[in-house]
Amino acid sequence: MKIAILQFGGTNCDLDVLHVLKDVVGVDAETVWYKQEDLTGFDGVVVPGGFSYGDYLRAGAIAARTPIMNSVKKLAAEGKPVLGICNGFQILTEARVLEGALTTNEYPKFRCHWTNLRVETVNTPFTSKFRKGEIIRMPIAHMEGQFYAEEKTLAELDENDQVVFRYVNENGKVTDAANPNGSLENIAGIVNTSRNIFGLMPHPERASESILGSDDGLRVFESMVDYITENF
Amino acid sequence: MQYQATVRIEQKAGMLDPEGTTAKRALGQLGYQVSSVKTAKLYEIVLEAESAEIAEQKVDEMCQKLIANPIIHNYTIDLKELN
Repeated sequence: MKIAILQFGGTNCDLDVLHVLKDVVGVDAETVWYKQEDLTGFDGVVVPGGFSYGDYLRAGAIAARTPIMNSVKKLAAEGKPVLGICNGFQILTEARVLEGALTTNEYPKFRCHWTNLRVETVNTPFTSKFRKGEIIRMPIAHMEGQFYAEEKTLAELDENDQVVFRYVNENGKVTDAANPNGSLENIAGIVNTSRNIFGLMPHPERASESILGSDDGLRVFESMVDYITENF
Repeated sequence: MQYQATVRIEQKAGMLDPEGTTAKRALGQLGYQVSSVKTAKLYEIVLEAESAEIAEQKVDEMCQKLIANPIIHNYTIDLKELN
């Protein structure tokens, strides 16, 4: 098994993800510079966080239109898992493989702190190791994390069980105070209808070892690796 | 022919405009009471095309593919011929 970690100009969470996959989970992973384009031989992709192309135009807009993203779409069409974290989530929405858009936080400031998340579905290749309704902790670090989608799309996301994580308070309640960026319905992460493309604003790689304050994020990577082992 | 397209991109109605809201608040602190502040982005694109129709069609394509995000944006294109 080998997982690709994409690098664009301005990506900066690539090596953190590489560390977690290689040293903590213990699988083969490799960073792939976006000009390589060919993803043959990889069983999964992580689009890590950062500020690709300076967030020019819109966060993720330029990276989403690079040719390597066609290879990501091809790999996803084979059912292989694709995980987009933070800027990676923005890139996946800009590439239109995930619904909605991520826009400037309701209070337009860079927010970098821990959040409580509620696991809304375990029926994804990324959350099989969680319990439905479980409250977990992961940090966020972003300025454009406000999830927006038209009402119709939001209803479909709910109907199809595509919302994976929501921002909640310590008691697991969806509240405005627990919403760090104004995301509609406190949405922190979603999957596509085929469920093998997952985007989220919080950083699981920054919560994958207890020394960091939480290892809840590790189970996202472990679930993904289990899914690959079972299916490819 | 050379054309200049002025593309104006704004957020769809009903969306939050955090930058506009912040500017409105700051104006209030300076003593200016205004009803609303909205932000928009402007792009000036200069291109060669055989006709104004083709130029507009190309710029519209650019907006759909890159310059705007149709999920959150409305846009207008204002085209003029350059000498």
